[in-house]
Amino acid sequence: MVKDTCPSIKNILLLDSEGKRVAVKYYSNDWPTNSAKEAFEKAVFTKTQKTNARTEAEIAMLEGNVIVYKFVQDLHFFVTGGEDENELILATVLQGFFDAVGLLLRGNVDKKEALENLDLILLCLDEIVDGGIILETDANVIAGKVASHSVDVGAPLSEQTISQALATAREHLTRSLLK
Amino acid sequence: MAQPLVKKDDDRDDEAEYSPFLGIEKGAVLQEARVFNDPQLDPRRCSQVITKLLYLLNQGETFTKIEATEVFFAVTKLFQSRDIGLRRMVYLMIKELSPSADEVIIVTSSLMKDMTSKTDMYRANAIRVLCRITDGTLLTQIERYLKQAIVDKNPVVASAALVSGIHLLETTPEIVKRWSNEVQEAVQSRAALVQFHALALLHQIRQNDRLAVSKLVTSLTRGTVRSPLAQCLLIRYTTQVIREAATTQTGDRPFYDFLESCLRHKAEMVIFEAARAITELNGVTNRELTPAITVLQLFLSSSKPVLRFAAVRTLNKVAMTHPMAVTNCNIDMESLISDQNRSIATLAITTLLKTGNESSVDRLMKQITNFMSDIADEFKIVVVEAIRSLCLKFPLKYRSLMNFLSNILREEGGFEYKKAIVDSIVILIRDIPDAKENGLLHLCEFIEDCEFTYLSTQILHFLGTEGPKTSDPSKYIRYIYNRVHLENATVRAAAVSTLAKFGAMVDALKPRVFVLLRRCLYDGDDEVRDRATLYLNTVGSDGEVIETDKVVKDFLFGSLDIPLANIETSLKNYEPAEQPFDINSVPKEVKTQPLAEKKAPGKKPAGLGAPPSGPPSTVDAYEKLLSSIPEFSDFGKLFKSSAPVELTEAETEYAVNVVKHIFDRHVVFQYNCTNTIPEQLLENVTVIVDASEAEEFAEVASKPLRSLPYDSPGQIFGAFEKPEGVPAVGKFSNMLRFIVKEVDPTTGDVEDDGVEDEYQLEDLEVVAADYVMKVGVSNFRNAWESIGPDFERVDEYGLGPRESLAEAVSAVISLLGMQPCEGTEVVANNSRSHTCLLSGVFIGNVKVLVRLQFGIDGPKEVAMKLAVRSEDDNVSDMIHEIVASG
Repeated sequence: MVKDTCPSIKNILLLDSEGKRVAVKYYSNDWPTNSAKEAFEKAVFTKTQKTNARTEAEIAMLEGNVIVYKFVQDLHFFVTGGEDENELILATVLQGFFDAVGLLLRGNVDKKEALENLDLILLCLDEIVDGGIILETDANVIAGKVASHSVDVGAPLSEQTISQALATAREHLTRSLLK
Repeated sequence: MAQPLVKKDDDRDDEAEYSPFLGIEKGAVLQEARVFNDPQLDPRRCSQVITKLLYLLNQGETFTKIEATEVFFAVTKLFQSRDIGLRRMVYLMIKELSPSADEVIIVTSSLMKDMTSKTDMYRANAIRVLCRITDGTLLTQIERYLKQAIVDKNPVVASAALVSGIHLLETTPEIVKRWSNEVQEAVQSRAALVQFHALALLHQIRQNDRLAVSKLVTSLTRGTVRSPLAQCLLIRYTTQVIREAATTQTGDRPFYDFLESCLRHKAEMVIFEAARAITELNGVTNRELTPAITVLQLFLSSSKPVLRFAAVRTLNKVAMTHPMAVTNCNIDMESLISDQNRSIATLAITTLLKTGNESSVDRLMKQITNFMSDIADEFKIVVVEAIRSLCLKFPLKYRSLMNFLSNILREEGGFEYKKAIVDSIVILIRDIPDAKENGLLHLCEFIEDCEFTYLSTQILHFLGTEGPKTSDPSKYIRYIYNRVHLENATVRAAAVSTLAKFGAMVDALKPRVFVLLRRCLYDGDDEVRDRATLYLNTVGSDGEVIETDKVVKDFLFGSLDIPLANIETSLKNYEPAEQPFDINSVPKEVKTQPLAEKKAPGKKPAGLGAPPSGPPSTVDAYEKLLSSIPEFSDFGKLFKSSAPVELTEAETEYAVNVVKHIFDRHVVFQYNCTNTIPEQLLENVTVIVDASEAEEFAEVASKPLRSLPYDSPGQIFGAFEKPEGVPAVGKFSNMLRFIVKEVDPTTGDVEDDGVEDEYQLEDLEVVAADYVMKVGVSNFRNAWESIGPDFERVDEYGLGPRESLAEAVSAVISLLGMQPCEGTEVVANNSRSHTCLLSGVFIGNVKVLVRLQFGIDGPKEVAMKLAVRSEDDNVSDMIHEIVASG
């Protein structure tokens, strides 16, 4: 019996308060079709919706998976791992995702803001886990990688617009404020 | 998706429906994607369109092959823009589209340029994208850059290359293995996550080299690992090394000190990983466990639910093997019963049930009663199962536990939950004699108001067997007869059967039961009326107080020792005739798999008009076949036919398998031969059997095959005489001898002259298991007691070091060739002991029951206690001999 030794993430879900997808990313083949994925999301949502996961991350088991989750406003964050996964590693990933989204949305974490900045959310997912393997768990680093817009040293300065420069500046400011 | 809408406390309900993607439509977005082709690119707009495309994909929308290709080519145009934000979205899009090999070529050069860019973000992302979509051939081209990237001073780039390496190791291991020097260097990186990724990759490269892994662990456990994640990995690798070392070494456990030191790490994930690793060590001692339990106990009172859950889940597992070690945590555990998170509360309860002692049971039950009302069914089932095992552990406490079960049985609940409760009560009634009357009454009350037909019929059946044996059977009649009035036809029929059993067993009740049964003759349902008529006639319709004779009792209570599937096939084959259907003609052998199906793969379809391919597939077909051969007609009744044993490799010129038919004084080998060469016709095919290594056997007859044309199987038989009733064993070597004639496959013409040839087949063994027929019993305990201890033989055996307990159990089962009963062939994970129940019929129609108790001790040393009961002490001894010599 050789346990899969590297910690792995099966999926990361960001759902709204009705269980609809905002952004999801699956890394394992446990849910091969879209309908299987939707069924899983529905089961997860139904099982967790009545719990209070607004101050501390909560945890549940479902279909032989461990799910850690946290809610804020009308957004529900989930991270799923295998039955034998170290729960605290999953919780660290969840916290990294949760805090990074908070930084990227400048504290206005709700569904509307998340959809308006969906590109940032998707990039954020891309920076946290690659093919199931944890890439980064530090929210500041994740948000920094996602938001490091337009500092292409190779690009001529003229291509950087004022608004982009402002955005970068604001980014740095909020990050230092939110720390 | 109709979800119950949960209104949050937000005051922006009007806006809530707003979404930038409202009314988005695939066709329109694909049209929009044309902006990618504009000569003057607008990065902002292009990013928006990509986001929309990604949104569609994320919502489960799919692109057709053509759409995907179009989008892909359009996206590749965007490499012209130098906007970083847009480039990031391009990377994401390419990964989502997972382009085909010929499309990959288009972006390869762009990505390779990015891989060597000065911008770290480009390098890191380009590596991840390229490695995701590339195949082996391209990899050799970029290998040089990847090696550089692994030791890049930017941690993001290094991590990107290392993680890609982990993924590539699955598809192109030979290339990734060449990077181990660079990976080794990266393990020393100061960046936490680089160290984690490098360690993961290095271990995967070396995982099959035990020595290298052991060295890696030794050096790293001495040094400092910065990243908590890397430290968790190291703990996992260390436990692997410990597991493998344990079989060779004794004394102090290597690396235990390292694990223990990790319990004082500053990161909780490391502390937990180490504590869990210690609890899962093979044969962990109490001294080793104590520090791990102590940190887990601290976690139990953490404010974080995840931490509490992790700790209580681990302690729950420990409680299965080392209940005493966990008792220290009982007070913390009890406070968790009221935990907000019901998973934590359930785990706490079940842990307490495992560790609790007899005196604490009552207090515990009081707490659980409050708790049960507010948890979901799935948790309740877990609790019910824990209570059942607690009750078996402390039989004296049955009263309070049985009351608890009956109370929850009355409350609301789904089928699975109710079934778990009923099963538990039934098991308790069987195992704790004092609990019987009490338990039966609880069940009676339950069926008064039970909405599940399945459970009602099960309980009625159980009442029929157990009820008449109680001190006052008459009190159950009321409950049973109520069913006849109030329930659906299935339950009514079951109730009639149960009534009849009471009538047959309790002579004093007989006249009264008959009155009731006669009323059932007017029931609206056929089955109910039929059953009532049948029972009235068999048990004796005059209604007098007479003893029911044995045949009738056997009919009513005897367990059906014939597999239902076999009866079904026999009944289907039965053609209405003068002769009534004879139940004794149904084979008793449990078929594990239909033989015909087993033979099917690799077999060519038989040509038109060819005889049906494959050997006769059922036991009675074998019997028919053998009795049609005059040489074998006086051998008596066929005892058992084995499954076919292959004597040739697959895909050889001639495919031969053999079926061993066991008779009282004879053994017949049926060789099923297939000629797989279209250019050949075989004639005068015989099997030359050398029985020099099978001394007790003497050849008495053989039946060669006249001709064996291409692809139409034929059978050759060889018969041997052996001492009567003795399970003689031996080894037979076989040689196929025949005359080959050339055939023109196009015309089918056969040449006149043939050449004599031989073909060596593999050896065939007759083993003791061939003399045991797999026959299941429905209730092992009853069967065991009814055979009685007259010819019981008990002995203990050491099985030596074994792979696992499960492996040892299945080895003994196949050695004995008996039927495992009540699912006991399955060994629970990580269990240290197991009891397996087997039943069978030995040659000479002697029923044999075997109870095997396995224990695993220390480093995989398996010991076994074998208890055999049979109707003949020779047979009991024989079973022991099989094991002793096996």
